[in-house]
Amino acid sequence: MISGGIKPKGSKGIVRALGVGALSLIGMGLFGSTVLANPEPGQLNLTPGVTTYSNVPYMLNNVALGVCVVIGILVFGAMFIAMFRFRKSRGAVAEKWAHNTTVEIIWTVIPIIILITLAWLATDGLRQFSDTTGAQMTVKVTGYQWKWRYDYVDYQGKAISNVGFLSKLDDQSNATRQLNSGLDPYAVKVGDENVYLLNVDKPLVVPVDTKIRFVITADDVIHSWFIPALGWKMDAIPGVVNATWTNIKVPGVYRGQCAELCGQDHGFMPIVVKAVSKEDFAKWLADQQKPATPAAPAPASTAAAPAQATAQVAPAHGAQG
Amino acid sequence: MAHEAAHDHHDEHHDHHEHQSFFQRWVMSTNHKDIGTLYLVFSLLMFFIGGSFAMVIRAELFKPGMQLVQPYFFNEMTTMHALVMIFGAVMPAFVGLGNWMIPMMVGAPDMALPRMNNLSFWILPFAFALLLSTLFLPGGGPAGGWTMYPPLSLQSASLAYVVFAVHLMGISSIMGAINIIATILNMRAPGMDLLKMPVFVWSWLITAFLLIAVMPVLAGAVTMLLTDKYFNTHFFDAAGGGDPVLFQHVFWFFGHPEVYIMILPAFGIISEIIPTFSRKPIFGYKAMVFAIASIAFLSFIVWAHHMFAVGLPLGAEIFFMYATMLIAVPTGVKVFNWVATMWGGSMTFETPMLFAVAFVILFTIGGFSGLMLALVPADFQYHDTYFVVAHFHYVLVTGAIFAIMAATYYWIPKWTGHMYSEFWGKVHFWNSVIWVNVLFFPQHFLGLAGMPRRIPDYNVAFANFNMISSIGGFLFGASQLIFLGVIIHCVWFSKKKATDRVWEGAKGLEWTLSSPPPHHSFTIAPVIHDDELAHGHVED
Repeated sequence: MISGGIKPKGSKGIVRALGVGALSLIGMGLFGSTVLANPEPGQLNLTPGVTTYSNVPYMLNNVALGVCVVIGILVFGAMFIAMFRFRKSRGAVAEKWAHNTTVEIIWTVIPIIILITLAWLATDGLRQFSDTTGAQMTVKVTGYQWKWRYDYVDYQGKAISNVGFLSKLDDQSNATRQLNSGLDPYAVKVGDENVYLLNVDKPLVVPVDTKIRFVITADDVIHSWFIPALGWKMDAIPGVVNATWTNIKVPGVYRGQCAELCGQDHGFMPIVVKAVSKEDFAKWLADQQKPATPAAPAPASTAAAPAQATAQVAPAHGAQG
Repeated sequence: MAHEAAHDHHDEHHDHHEHQSFFQRWVMSTNHKDIGTLYLVFSLLMFFIGGSFAMVIRAELFKPGMQLVQPYFFNEMTTMHALVMIFGAVMPAFVGLGNWMIPMMVGAPDMALPRMNNLSFWILPFAFALLLSTLFLPGGGPAGGWTMYPPLSLQSASLAYVVFAVHLMGISSIMGAINIIATILNMRAPGMDLLKMPVFVWSWLITAFLLIAVMPVLAGAVTMLLTDKYFNTHFFDAAGGGDPVLFQHVFWFFGHPEVYIMILPAFGIISEIIPTFSRKPIFGYKAMVFAIASIAFLSFIVWAHHMFAVGLPLGAEIFFMYATMLIAVPTGVKVFNWVATMWGGSMTFETPMLFAVAFVILFTIGGFSGLMLALVPADFQYHDTYFVVAHFHYVLVTGAIFAIMAATYYWIPKWTGHMYSEFWGKVHFWNSVIWVNVLFFPQHFLGLAGMPRRIPDYNVAFANFNMISSIGGFLFGASQLIFLGVIIHCVWFSKKKATDRVWEGAKGLEWTLSSPPPHHSFTIAPVIHDDELAHGHVED
C-alpha cells in the first residue's frame, strides 16, 4: 500500500502518521496543492487534472456543456411555451402551416457554426495530445489480467535497465472486495483519503515537470490505462503499442482504474501514479537500480506487503519517495 | 396491381381464419397483425428478462463492496442485459410495430412476404433460448460485453452459443427487413406516393436498408470469432498476425448503424404522434424524411468514434470526430421540427403525447451528451465511463423505449378495439419519466468523476450517486409492471370501445379501418384522399 495523497498546502517537513505503527516520509512539503485530482464524493464535473494537457479536456467539456445547456434552455423553453400556450383546453385552434424556409435555414446554419467552433477547439486539443515528441522519459505499461506492469525504459536520454515491476490491487482492498467479506469499504484508507479499489501495492513513480512518454500494450486481453487527473485514457492492446504522453505539474498521488472490460477482475486493477520532485525521483530510481540487498528500501516494502492482509491498517511504503 | 389477387386470396383465407386452432393461429400465422402481436409480446417478455438482469446490476451497485454476486456473474449480467435488450426487446418491438402498422398505413392487405414473416419471427425464440440457456450451462453465459471484443470474448466457454444466437437474430432481422422493403415498395395503394407516406413508414424503409447492409457484417465478425476460437484462425490474434482492433472496426461498422436501427423507427413514431395530438401537420415533412436519410448515411462513416481510445492515427480521429459532429445537424432539424409542429397547434396530452414529449426532451439530452462524446479530447475522459452509460441509456431508454411505449399507447386502441385506462397510462408515464431520470442522470456525474463502466464494485467516492441511481432503477423497473397491467387490462378487460379514428387529430389510412381492424387490412385498395392523409399535401 502506498502512502500519502495530496497534502494540504504548507505541510512542509511534517512527518505524518498514516496508520497504526506506520509512518509516511512522503509529503515532505512537496505536495503543495489541493487540486481536485481523485474522485470525490458528490463530484459533479470532470477534474481539471494536474498536467500541462489535462486542462484541454476539462475546458472542452465545460464549453460543450455550456453550449448544450444554452441550446437546451432555448429548445425546451420554446417547447414548454408551446405546451402552455397552444393547449386545446385553453381554446387554442390549430394553425395550418407546416413549413417555413427561413427558420429552417436558420436552425440548420446556426448549429453548423456552433459545431465548427467546437470542432476547432477539439482539433487544437487533439493536436496537442497527439504530439508525443520531445519526451524526457519513457515508461512501458503492460496490461495483464488483472494487474499492470511498468517498465522504465529511459530517463533524460539514458537507458534504464532492470527497473520494472508489477502493480496490483492492494491487499486490504482485495480482502474487502471479496463477496460477503464483512469488511467495510469505508475503512480502506490512506490518511484521510478512502482508497478502496483505488490503491496498489506498488505505484508507478514518476517525476514532475517532465514530459513522459508512455508506450502502452497488453499481454492477454485489451485493457485501458486511465487516470482522470492525467486527462486521458489509452487502450492497452495485445500486439499493438500505443504511445501517449503526460507532463505532471503537481506532485501527488493520482488514482485511476482499468477502463476496458477485461474479465472477472476488471474492476479490481487500479492504476496509481505517484508524482514526485525530480530530485526525489532520481533518488528513487537510483535505489531501484541498486542490486537488491536485504537492507534496500524497495525489497523491504515489498516484504511488508503480505502482512497487510491481516493488518487492520496497512503500513505504508514509506521509503519510496 | 396485386391487390385484386390479394383480395381473392383473402376470401379463401378468411374462412380458414374463423376456425383456426390456437396453434394454427399463432404458430402458423401468416397474418401481419398476428405476427406483429407475436413480435410485440416477445419483445415485452424480453424487456422484463433484460430488465431483471439490470435489477441484478443495480442491486450489486447499490453500495460499495460485493454483496450479491461474483464479479464474473456481474459481467454475465451486463453482457446479457445488453444483448437481450438490443436484440430481444428494442429491435423486435420495432419490427412488431412495423408489421402491424406498415400494411395499414400504406393501404395493403398484408405484408408482401407473409410466410417469410412467420419464419423471421419464429427464429427469434430459438435464438434467445440458445442465448439465455448459457446462463444455466457450466462455464456460464457470455461475460465479455455485448461488443464481444476479442481476445476477451474468446475466453468465454459459451462463445459458440452466442455466435449462433447472433446468426439467428441476424437472419431474422434481414428477412424482416426484406419483407418491409418489399411491402413498402410494392404494396402501396394507388395514389400513396412515396412522399405521401407516413414518416413512420419512411423511417422503417430506411432502417430496413440499414439492417440489410450491416447485419451480414456482424455475422461475418462473429463467425471470425468462432473460427478464431475453434479452428485456429488468427483474424484477431496478434500472435498469429491478426489484429484485435480489426474486430472493433468490423463490429462498429455494424454497431453504429445498429444504433440508428434502434432510433430511426422511434423518430418515425414520434413524428406520427406529435402531429396527432397537436392537431397540426408535421412541420417540414420533406426535411424530416431527408434528415432520417442523412442520419442513415452518416451512420456508415462514424463507426470509429466508438474506438477513439484504441490509438487511432490523428487523421482518423479528426475525420471520425467531424463526421460524428455532423450528425447533430439533421438530428437538430428533427428536434426543431417537432417543436415547430407543436407551435401553433391545439394540443392535448394523452399518454402517447406525454411519452412523445418526454422523448423529445430526454432524447435531446442524450444527443447533447453524444455531441460531447464526439469531441475527441473530451472523449478521452468520458470514454468507457458511466458518462457513456448515461448517454446511451438516455437515447435508448428515454429514446427508443419511450417511443415504443408511446406507440403502444397510441395504437393499442386500434389493435384491440378497446381504450386503455388513461389514468393508469398516466400513472405509468409519470413514474417512468421521474424514475428513469433518477436512474440515469446521476450516472453522468459518476462518469465525469471517473467511474469506469462494467465494474461490479467501486470506491466510496462513487457511493452516493450509485445509490440514487439504484433506487431510481428499482422504481423504474417496478413502474413497468404498471405498463404490463395497462396492456393486460386493455386487451382483455377494458369495456370502453375505441372508435375507428381513436384520436381526434389522427390522420392516415390506418385510422379509416375499424378498431380492431379486419383480419386482412385493406382487401380492396383504398381510394386515397389527400386530405385524409397526414402528409397528403406536401409542398415543402
